[in-house]
Amino acid sequence: MRIAAPAALLPDKASETPAAVATVTTLPGHTLEVVSDSGEGAQRCAQIFGTVSAKMGNGIWTVEIIPAEIQPPPRHPTSASGNRVRIGTGAVTNWGDAADLIVAFNEQALLQRFRLGALADDAIILIEDMWATHADPQIRNAWDDAMEELGGRSFRFINVPMEEQCLTIVDNARLGKNMFALGLLTCIYGRDLDLVRDAIAQGFLKKAKSALQTNLDLFELGHRWAEQHIDFRIAVPAVKPDRAMVAMNGNQAIALGSIAAGMELCAMYPITPATSASHYLSDVFEKFGGIVHQAEDEIAAIGVALGSSFAGKVAFTITSGPGLALKTEFIALAIMTETPLVLVDVQRGGPSTGLPTKVEQSDLLAALYGQPGDAPHVVMAPATMEECFLCMTTARRIAEALRTVVIVLSDANLASGVQRFPRPEPSEHWLAQPLDLAPVRDGLRPYDWDPQRGVSPRIVPGQPGGMFTATGLSHDEASHVGYTPDVHERGCQMRSRKLALFQQMLEPPAVNGDPTGDLLVVGWGSTLGAIEEAVERARQEGLSVSSLHLRFLSPLEPGLKEIFQRFGKVMTIEINYSDDPTDPFFTSENRRRGQLCWLLRAHTLVDVDCWTRVPGEPLRPGQILQAIRESMPQGGSR
Amino acid sequence: MSDLCCSLLSSTPDSEEREWTISDYEAALARWCPGCGDHAILAAVQRMLEAEQLPPEQTVFVSGIGCASRFPHYVRAYGFHGIHGRALPIATGVKLRRPDLNVFVVMGDGDCCSIGAAHWIHSIRYNLDMVALMLDNGVYGLTKNQTSPTSPRGLPSNTQPRGAILPPLNPISATLGVANASFVAQTADWLPAHVFATLREAFRHHGFAFVRVLQRCPKYTENIFSTLVHDPGLVELMVHPDGVVVPELDRMFKNKVQHDPADLDAARRLAVSDGNVRLGVFYRNETHPVYEETRAVPARSAGEKLALLNTELDRYAV
Repeated sequence: MRIAAPAALLPDKASETPAAVATVTTLPGHTLEVVSDSGEGAQRCAQIFGTVSAKMGNGIWTVEIIPAEIQPPPRHPTSASGNRVRIGTGAVTNWGDAADLIVAFNEQALLQRFRLGALADDAIILIEDMWATHADPQIRNAWDDAMEELGGRSFRFINVPMEEQCLTIVDNARLGKNMFALGLLTCIYGRDLDLVRDAIAQGFLKKAKSALQTNLDLFELGHRWAEQHIDFRIAVPAVKPDRAMVAMNGNQAIALGSIAAGMELCAMYPITPATSASHYLSDVFEKFGGIVHQAEDEIAAIGVALGSSFAGKVAFTITSGPGLALKTEFIALAIMTETPLVLVDVQRGGPSTGLPTKVEQSDLLAALYGQPGDAPHVVMAPATMEECFLCMTTARRIAEALRTVVIVLSDANLASGVQRFPRPEPSEHWLAQPLDLAPVRDGLRPYDWDPQRGVSPRIVPGQPGGMFTATGLSHDEASHVGYTPDVHERGCQMRSRKLALFQQMLEPPAVNGDPTGDLLVVGWGSTLGAIEEAVERARQEGLSVSSLHLRFLSPLEPGLKEIFQRFGKVMTIEINYSDDPTDPFFTSENRRRGQLCWLLRAHTLVDVDCWTRVPGEPLRPGQILQAIRESMPQGGSR
Repeated sequence: MSDLCCSLLSSTPDSEEREWTISDYEAALARWCPGCGDHAILAAVQRMLEAEQLPPEQTVFVSGIGCASRFPHYVRAYGFHGIHGRALPIATGVKLRRPDLNVFVVMGDGDCCSIGAAHWIHSIRYNLDMVALMLDNGVYGLTKNQTSPTSPRGLPSNTQPRGAILPPLNPISATLGVANASFVAQTADWLPAHVFATLREAFRHHGFAFVRVLQRCPKYTENIFSTLVHDPGLVELMVHPDGVVVPELDRMFKNKVQHDPADLDAARRLAVSDGNVRLGVFYRNETHPVYEETRAVPARSAGEKLALLNTELDRYAV
């Protein structure tokens, strides 16, 4: 049965005559989305828009909206594919709350975003309207149902005949609408036309000239159509930064960071959302004397990296949750043999296969404690794309200095989101030292531990006089197998002391906001920007709240207990599961808490609370603000 | 000894002229059971290292877990005693980035054919220039008598007390079935001269050399090779100038088959036992690409890396 949409909900019929004067609204920031079926190129459209905006001097943050399949059934809510782009006059540190404007290639993709609460109440919706009058009655019905569901809000609909327009240039509009949409956005947001044309051309370097021309024509067509039919413009002023900037996603940053760190081997097995880092590395690594080895499985991947590190190179392996699980035994072997190794875990939703393409921070405890036996090692978490780049050098250095494993916890939000940040200035000092195969000094043993600090010099194959057999069995300084209590306890002590040594070298974390107050919010990883934005807004409301963001999770940064004691309440904000404390089923005894919360409680003996969610998308600052409001301790100042 | 080593090797001319003797390859006293075939294999390996004059510091033995995998501890060279089934990935990592090193992998039948089977198959494909020894005693020994993939059908064990349920896997046939198979041989611990000659051919082969060594376990599988040991008539030697040549065995083994190791089809036929156990080189082919050579990339100086990195960063400039 067809339900007639109430008259008020009917989309505006865009005027056929050119908009006489378009109203320009100037804003400090704006959030837009482009969504389509998979394969229709919404992502490409949004990526170009983001890059061009960054080039013009805007801060940007992009988030992929991505189904787990390559080409799922069309016109289905779960098939929505695209991007969110948030642009700002200043730096943009997270994806924001809701989209102010959305370009949807069909109403089902739009519906999905609506159902996920991704649209602002007054969002502007530019929608392909061919479905309203489609020959297939089922499609017309679906359109009507969607309009019904979308009713009752203050959305402003603008129907855009994308298909009809694109067909004037191409036979298959499915492959051209994205460029048309890019034209619309370029006009609405006043993007630099030449920069957009250049960016389009970048995608056609290896393709036929005619294909590029067709895409450029579609883009111009969209731009012209918007000029004639859309009566508003959005200006987000750009400020040219005073220093060179780059824009990239976290996986590209990790790949480039591994090069800057002087690593020469990445051993991996394909897994979402980590793989794109190795795609990029596979493209460029050999120029730098490095190689990507695609192993037969996750276990072999870390084994090859370990072998390479044993032979004197610091190698890394990159994976996601399920791969981390498979690599467990090798992680412990690297720790036991004190072989430097860097493992990057780009976290996704779990457990098991979970949410392959979506963000979560639930591998923390597995990364820390996943190895049976006592296996002390370093765990760190970059919070931004820039830190994804920088952390690889830090990780390699720590791995070598401590002869241990460093696990870097990134996540799907960092991996696929693009952010603008100051161009790194790599230095020769960041690179790994060339292999030194000098003879081993007389009497030096492979585990001549400094009894106080637990560190020992690294000997690599090829060094005369240094021959030893590394072993996962309990061993003494000479790497001779020993099962006696003194040998085993000494080994455990030495491997642990390295962590204490490293902890002493760390600075206490900085508190964002006042050093004392009613509430301290603690986060880690990709939530930094959203948390700080929420805290800023809460402070503007008069709430006494500060935040703290941890980069090192093992060992934990120093001074936490002292900092925590300066606040009435401490609460972690995380993208992992915890039981809802307002549900009467849970008590303080049976409630399962967030992973960082668990860790901090054990570490500081402070009654740390948590607010965590697992929505399969980044946290929104507005959501965190609400949690902060509701979590203010009793009697807190307003 | 190590003092002498260091002082000699610290000056280049001496190190090149250094002559290694068998004692240079001896390390900790082996802790295998008396009568274990691994002792003889270790001795043959050490003889081969001496014969080939491999500098201990340029040689790496990688193993997994199991009786056979204690091997690196007993050879004076660099070693990596890893985890069960995963010797091959570690060795791959070593050879891939340090092709200058001589890499030997020592696995047991559980290591290679069971828990590490994926790595076995794929290492044959990678075809790195290394030697992989599979010491096959047909049983899990270190964990005390469980059925292995190469246990003969019917052999009782602690996990299959009424006899091994499945027919055994044929490691030679399996290896010969994988793309890029490069060198496939079989020898037996009770014929040290044959082990030595086979290992030497394996080492000299350019590519991934897979050698299955039939190995007696006096504790759990004493009987599975006893008829072979006592009746040379059940053993057929594969002979060919390109194979293993051991003149001193000629008198003992009347059973011989002329087999050209270049003939893959014949190798596959001979690998399938028809009652006889065949020793020697089944297959040898040096035309397959060697992985560490295919993947070799020119090293870059720090300055070059930095310049290239800056160019790469420029691609992301906004």
